[in-house]
Amino acid sequence: MSDTKVVTESKSKPVKSFDVGSWLIPIIAVLVAMFIAAILIKLQGSNPITAYKSLFKTAFGSLEGIGLTLGKSTPLVLSGLAVAVGLRAGLFNIGAQGQLLSGALAAAWAGVTFDGLPGYIHIPIALIAGAFFGSIVAGISGFLKAYRGVHEVITTIMLNSIVMAIADYLASHQLREPDQFLTRTSEILPSAKMPIYSHLPLGFFIAVALALLIWWILGRTTSGFRIETVGRNRHAAWYAGISVKKTVISAMLISGAIAGLGGAVETLGITYRYAPAFNLGLGFDGITIALLGRVHPLGIIPGAILIGGMRAGAANMQFDSGVAPELVDLLMALILLLVTAPLITRFFKNNSNKSMTSGWGN
Amino acid sequence: MKLLSKRNGYFLIAFLATLFFYTRDGDITTSVYATGTAFALPLALAAMVGIMCERTGIVNIGIEGTMLLSAFVAFFVSSLTQNIMIGLFAAILTGSIMGLLLALMAVSWRMDQIIAGTILNILATGLTSFLYVQGKTIPNVFQAIEVPGLSKIPFFGPVLFIHGPLTFLGLAVILTLYVAIYHTPWGLRSRAVGEHPSSADTAGVSVARLRYINVTIAGAIGALAGAYLSLELVGSFERGFTAGKGFTALALMIFGRWNPLGALGAALFFGLAQAYANQLMIDQVVNIPSQFTAALPYIMTIVVLTISAGKVRPPAAEGQPYEKGQA
Repeated sequence: MSDTKVVTESKSKPVKSFDVGSWLIPIIAVLVAMFIAAILIKLQGSNPITAYKSLFKTAFGSLEGIGLTLGKSTPLVLSGLAVAVGLRAGLFNIGAQGQLLSGALAAAWAGVTFDGLPGYIHIPIALIAGAFFGSIVAGISGFLKAYRGVHEVITTIMLNSIVMAIADYLASHQLREPDQFLTRTSEILPSAKMPIYSHLPLGFFIAVALALLIWWILGRTTSGFRIETVGRNRHAAWYAGISVKKTVISAMLISGAIAGLGGAVETLGITYRYAPAFNLGLGFDGITIALLGRVHPLGIIPGAILIGGMRAGAANMQFDSGVAPELVDLLMALILLLVTAPLITRFFKNNSNKSMTSGWGN
Repeated sequence: MKLLSKRNGYFLIAFLATLFFYTRDGDITTSVYATGTAFALPLALAAMVGIMCERTGIVNIGIEGTMLLSAFVAFFVSSLTQNIMIGLFAAILTGSIMGLLLALMAVSWRMDQIIAGTILNILATGLTSFLYVQGKTIPNVFQAIEVPGLSKIPFFGPVLFIHGPLTFLGLAVILTLYVAIYHTPWGLRSRAVGEHPSSADTAGVSVARLRYINVTIAGAIGALAGAYLSLELVGSFERGFTAGKGFTALALMIFGRWNPLGALGAALFFGLAQAYANQLMIDQVVNIPSQFTAALPYIMTIVVLTISAGKVRPPAAEGQPYEKGQA
C-alpha cells in the first residue's frame, strides 16, 4: 500500500444524518426511471399506464398483496443491508448473490435434517446455519482482501459462480430429494417453516429488526465506529491504531452473514426448499437497493419494499398488459444509473467526490 | 536478454508438455489446442479492453456488461436483418456507446469507477433480459477460413490458421495493440496519462480527451469479443450468455501485467486448461461432475489473483479522477 494512493473511502455520509433534502434524489431517480421505461413499453406496443396500474394495484392494493410484497421484500432488505454494511467499510460486496445462495441451501439442509424439534428452536437453528455459510463465503473474499490485497469485487463475483456450481452439485447429488429426478432438495419439515401472521410474514419483521440493529451498531458501538473509520479513511484508521485487516474481514463476515440470512429467510418463509432456479438476482438487487437507500441501514427498507412490490406485481402486470416481468430488471438498472449519476446528485448539493477505487493491488 | 529467465522456463515446460502429448496422440492434441485457442480468444480480447482502459488510468469492470450487450445486439440485429455483417457493426457501435458511457461517468462526472462499471453490468443485464425473445435464429455464423498453405503445417496449421474471420481480426487487434502501446506516440501518451496524469498534462497531452478516446475504442474491442461469442463461436444468445468472462479477463490482464502479449499468453493458458478438462471428460479418464468443470475458470481466476497480487504493479493513476491543476 503506497502512501501516494487515493485512500479508499465510502461515498456515504455519517449514519446519523437523516436530512430530508437528500432523499429527494432517490425519489426523482425512481420516477425518471419509470418514465424512461414507459417509453420503452410504448415502443414495444403496450400501454405503460395499464402496466404500471396493474403492477402497483397487485402489489399494494390489498392485504394479500401487501403480504406478498413484504415477502418479496424480505430478502431484498437483507441483501441491501449486506451491501450497505460492506460499503460502510469501504468494501464493494457484489457477492451478496453467492452468499445468499449458500445461506438458502444451508437453511434447506437444516430444515430437512433436524427432525423432532419445536419450531422456536428449529427455525433459529436453520437461520443461523444460513447466516454462518453466507458469512464463510464472504469471509474468503475478506481474507483475500486483507492479507493478499485481491480486490473484493473480482473475488466476490467469482465466488457467486463457484457457489452456484457447488449448490447445483449438492442439490443434484447429496442433498437431492430422494426418488425424484429434479435438481432440488426435499421440502423442509413443518417445524422449520416460518409462520405468516394474517398475510404478514415473520421474516420481514426479522429483517427490519436486523436493519435497526445494524443502524445501532454502526452509529453507537465501538466496532461500528471501527468499520466507519476504516471505510472513511483507511490510513487514518491505521494511524489511530485500528487493525484495518481485522476490520475488513469482520465487515465482510457481517455482510455475508446478513446476505446468508436473506437466503435462509427466503427458503424457510417462501420456497420451503432449495432449487437452482430460486433466489436468482436477489443479491444483485441488493446493490441497487443499498445505493437507492443512500447506504443507510434504515434507508434501504423503503427501497426494498418498492422493488419487492414490483417483483410481486410483475406476473399480474404481464397478464394485464403483456409487458414482460423482466421490466423490473430494466427499472432496477435505470434507477441505479440515475441514483448514482452525480449530475443529478450534484444538482442537490453533494460534497462527496472521492473514490472507492484505488487499483487492484492494495 | 537472459536465456534462463523464468518466462523462458514456462515456455520450455509448455513446449515439452505439448510435444509429449503430441507424440502420444497427435489428432487429439491438435484438436484440444484448436479448441483452447477458440476458448481463449474472447478472454484475450476482453483483457485488451481492460488493458486499454487501465493503461490510461480508468478501471473498467463493465467489460462483462459490454460483452453481454454487444453479443445480444450482434445476435438480434443479425436475426432481424438476416445479415451477420450488419449485426457485427451494430454490436461494435453498441460497444463504443458503452465505452463512451463509462468515459462520461468516470472522466466527466468523476464517478467512482467501480460503481460506474457495475452500472454498465447491471444495465446490460436489465436490457438484455427485458428485450430478449426466445426462438430467434441467425442465417449463418462466420465460417472458418483455411489460410492457404499455412493451414497445411502439422499441428500449427489447424491450431492457428483454421479459424473464423473474427478470430483473425481479434488476433490482429491484440498484436496491433501491443505494438501501439509500446512503440507509438499514442502508446507513450496513454501510459503517461495512466501513470502520472499531471505530468502528461504539463507536457501538453489532454488527459480527458485521451481517456475518452481509449475507453471508447476499448468498448468497441469488447463488442468484438461479444460478437465473436454470438456470431462465430456459439451462434446463439441466452440470458447471462457471457458467464463471467469479462471478470476472468480482468484477472488475466493482471496476470499478464497489463501487457497485451502477457494477457494473450494467460488467456491461452486458461483456454487450454478448459479444453483439456473437456477432453478428459469426453475420454472418461476422470469423472469430474460438470458443475466443477463449469466452476474451474472462476476458481482459477481467484487462484491466479491470489498468487500474483502484491507482485505486480498496476498503472499508478488507476481509478483516480483527474482534475486539472492537481499535483
